[in-house]
Amino acid sequence: MNELVFFINNVVIAGSVTGSIYAIGAIGVTLIFSIMRFAHFAHADIMTFGAFMVLLLTTAFPAVGASIGVPTALIMLPLAMLLTAALAVGIDKAFYKPLRAHGVKPIVMVIGSLGVTLMLQGLIRLFSGTGGQSLYVDDRKEIFRLALPFEGVRAPIVITEPQIYLFVITLVAVVALHLFLNRSRLGKAMRAMSDNPELAQASGINTNTIVAVTWVIAGALAAIAGTLLSLDVTFKPDLSFFLLLPIFAAAIVGGVGHPYGAIAGGFVVGFAETLAVFNWNVLLRPFRDSLPTWLELPSNLAFVGTEYKIVVPFFILVAILVWRPTGLFKGKVI
Amino acid sequence: MSHSTKNRNPAYTPKDATPERRFPLRELVLFGALLAAVLAVYAAMGAAYSTRMLVEAACYAILALGLTIQWGYAGQFNAGVMGFVALGGFCAMLFSVPVNDAFWGTELPGELGQVLLYGIAATLIVVGVTKLDRFGVPKKLRTVLAIVIGIVLYLIVISLLREVTSQIQSQAGFIGGFGLPAWVGWIVGGALAGGVGYFIGHVCLGLRSDYLAIATLGIAEIIKAFLKNSDWLTRGTATVSPLPWPTPGPAELGFTLSRAIYLSVTAVVIAVIFFLLHRAYHAPWGRMIRAIRDNEVSSAAMGKDINKRRLEIFVLGCILMGLGGGMLGTFNSLFDPQGYLPLNHTFLVLVMVILGGPGNNLGTIFGAVAVYIIWIMSEPLALFLMQLAVTLGENAFGWEAPSNMDSRALQARVLVIGMLITLVLRFAPKGLLPEKIKTHG
Repeated sequence: MNELVFFINNVVIAGSVTGSIYAIGAIGVTLIFSIMRFAHFAHADIMTFGAFMVLLLTTAFPAVGASIGVPTALIMLPLAMLLTAALAVGIDKAFYKPLRAHGVKPIVMVIGSLGVTLMLQGLIRLFSGTGGQSLYVDDRKEIFRLALPFEGVRAPIVITEPQIYLFVITLVAVVALHLFLNRSRLGKAMRAMSDNPELAQASGINTNTIVAVTWVIAGALAAIAGTLLSLDVTFKPDLSFFLLLPIFAAAIVGGVGHPYGAIAGGFVVGFAETLAVFNWNVLLRPFRDSLPTWLELPSNLAFVGTEYKIVVPFFILVAILVWRPTGLFKGKVI
Repeated sequence: MSHSTKNRNPAYTPKDATPERRFPLRELVLFGALLAAVLAVYAAMGAAYSTRMLVEAACYAILALGLTIQWGYAGQFNAGVMGFVALGGFCAMLFSVPVNDAFWGTELPGELGQVLLYGIAATLIVVGVTKLDRFGVPKKLRTVLAIVIGIVLYLIVISLLREVTSQIQSQAGFIGGFGLPAWVGWIVGGALAGGVGYFIGHVCLGLRSDYLAIATLGIAEIIKAFLKNSDWLTRGTATVSPLPWPTPGPAELGFTLSRAIYLSVTAVVIAVIFFLLHRAYHAPWGRMIRAIRDNEVSSAAMGKDINKRRLEIFVLGCILMGLGGGMLGTFNSLFDPQGYLPLNHTFLVLVMVILGGPGNNLGTIFGAVAVYIIWIMSEPLALFLMQLAVTLGENAFGWEAPSNMDSRALQARVLVIGMLITLVLRFAPKGLLPEKIKTHG
C-alpha cells in the first residue's frame, strides 16, 4: 500500500498539476492559433510575465493576504491577469498587427513572435535577475499530509496548498471559458471566426474586436498558468523555456483550434511526462518475492531520466504528427 | 538539361542568359562599411582578438548560409539551429580528441557494443511485430503486441545501457575520441546533422510550416539535453578540452598566425559553399525551389514533387549547420554542451539571415559578419552602459544596485536581438541586400 501512496503522490497528483498548467497554457495557444492562424511562440513568456507581475505586486504589498487568510500572490492574481491581458493586446497592436496588415505568411508571424519572446525574456531578466524567487514572500506554504485509514500504510498522501488552489482555479477557468464560448455573443463570434474568418467578417462580426478579445483571454489564462506554476515551485525567468514544447505538444495533440482538445492534450502530455519519469520498480516491489529468481529487476525502471523529461512531449508531438496530424479531436487547421 | 549554350537554338535567346548588368553600388557601400568596421576592431582590440572574431564570424557565416537555404530559398523556418550546431561540435570533438586507453584497453567497448547490438535487435523485433498483420494476426492485436513488446524490450535495453555507461563513467571517465583529423569530424558532423534533419523534415515538412518550427525547437533542446547528460560520451558539464586543430595550433605559431591560418581554412570552405550554392541557385533546381516557395500550388500542378524538394533543402541546410558547428567547436577548442545557447546559436543566426537578406548568399555573409561584430562589441558596451546607469542611479537617487548587474546587463542584449528581429521583419523584410528576383518577359 505504501507503494500505491507513492504512486499517487508522484504520478496522480504531480501529473494533474503539470497537466492543469499545460492545459491552461495550451488553451491560449490553441485560441490564438484558431483566430490568427499562427503558432504563438511568445506564449510561455507571457506566462512568465504574468507570474513576474504577481511577484512584483506581492513584493510591493506582502501583507495583504494575511488579513484574509489566503496567500498574497493569489489576491494579486486578478490584477496580474489584467496587466498581462493588456500586455498581450499591446504586443499584438505593436508587433503582430502591422505584420498581419502586410498580409505576411503565418511563418513570418512565428518569427515575429520569437522576437517578442526574446524581448520579453530580456525585459524580465533585466528586472528580476536570473535566479529563482519564491512567490510566498510573507506567507507560509501549507503542506497537507493525509494519512490513509488503512492498516500498514505509513506514508501519507502529500498535497500542498498551491496545488489545491491550482485545481480549483483550473476548474473555474475551464467552466468560465466553456460558458463564454457557448453562451455569450462574443464567444460565439469567436468560434465563427475560427471556423471561417471571411464568412464571419461578411456576416458583420468585427474581427478586430475578436482578435483583441482572444488576446485578452489568452493573456489572462497565461497569467493564471504562470502564477500557479510559480506558486507550486518557484518563480524563475527561464520558466517559459521548459513550458513551450509541452504546451505546443498539448495543443497539437488536442487538435489545433480546439479548446477542449487542448485541455485533454494538456493532461495527456502532463501525465505522459510524469509516467515516463516514474520509477516503475517501486510498484513491482511488493511482488518481488513472488517473481522468478532469474528475473532480477534493475533498481531504476524509469523510461527516461528526469533530465530527459523534454523528450516526452517531443515524442508525443512526433507521434501525433505522424499518425494523426489533426490531433485526437480533429482540429481544423492542419 | 544542358548548361552549355552550344546546342541551343540561336534564335532562342532568353533574357536569363544575358542578365542586365547593374553597378553593385549597394553591395560595395555595405561591404566597404564592413571592412572599415573590421579595421576599426583591429585597431582597437589588437590582431589576435580581432582574428578570433573573424574566424568565429566566418563559422557563423556557414551557419547563416545553412539557414538562408532553408528560410531564404524555401521559406522553411528552422528554430533549432543550435541543435545541429551542437551535433557538429560533438562530432568534431568525438573524432579529433585523442584515443582514451583507459576505455579502449578494457572489456568495456565490447560491452557497449553488445548493448548497441541488443538495441538494434530489439528494434528489428519490434519492427517485425508491427508486420505481423500480414500473417493473419488481427490488426488490433498486432498493435497491442507491438506496444507491449516495444516497452519491455526498451526497458531491458535502457537498463543494460545505464549499467554499461555508469561503468564507463566510473572506470574510464568517458570513451574519449578517435584521434582522427578534425575535418573527418566536421564531415561526419554535417552528415549526422543532415540525418537528424531528414528525420524531422520527414515528419513535419508535409504539414503546416509552424510545425517544423516547433519540432526543430524541440529537437535542439533534446540534443542539448542528451549531450549535457551523457557524461560517458561527452563528459557532460566537465567539458572536453583541448580539441586539436587541423592546422598548426597557437602553441607552435602564436595566436595571430595560427588563427589567421584557421581563418583561411574557413574562408576556403565558405568560398566552396558559396560557389556551389550560386551554381545551384541559378540552375534549374534552384528555379524549381523558388517556384515552390513562391507558389506551391502551381508548382505542384506542374508536376514537381514538393515534399521531396523541401526535404532536400532542409537536409542540405542542416548539413551546412553541422559543418559550421564542427568548425566552430574545433576553433573554440572546447566542447561544452552547456555553451550551446539558443540565443547565440539560433536567434543570432536568424538575425544574420533576415538582416543580411534571406535568399541572397552575399547578403547572408555580409549579415553574418556584421551582426557578429555588433554582437561581440555589444558585450563591453552593455556592461559600460549598465555601469553608467548604476553610477548615475546611485549618485542621483541613492538607489542601491543589485549585485548581479553584470549578468543583467548581458540580458539587455537579448532584448536588443528580439527588437531587431521584429523591427527588421516589419520595416525591411527583405534585408539589407535583398534577393534579386529575375523577371522573365
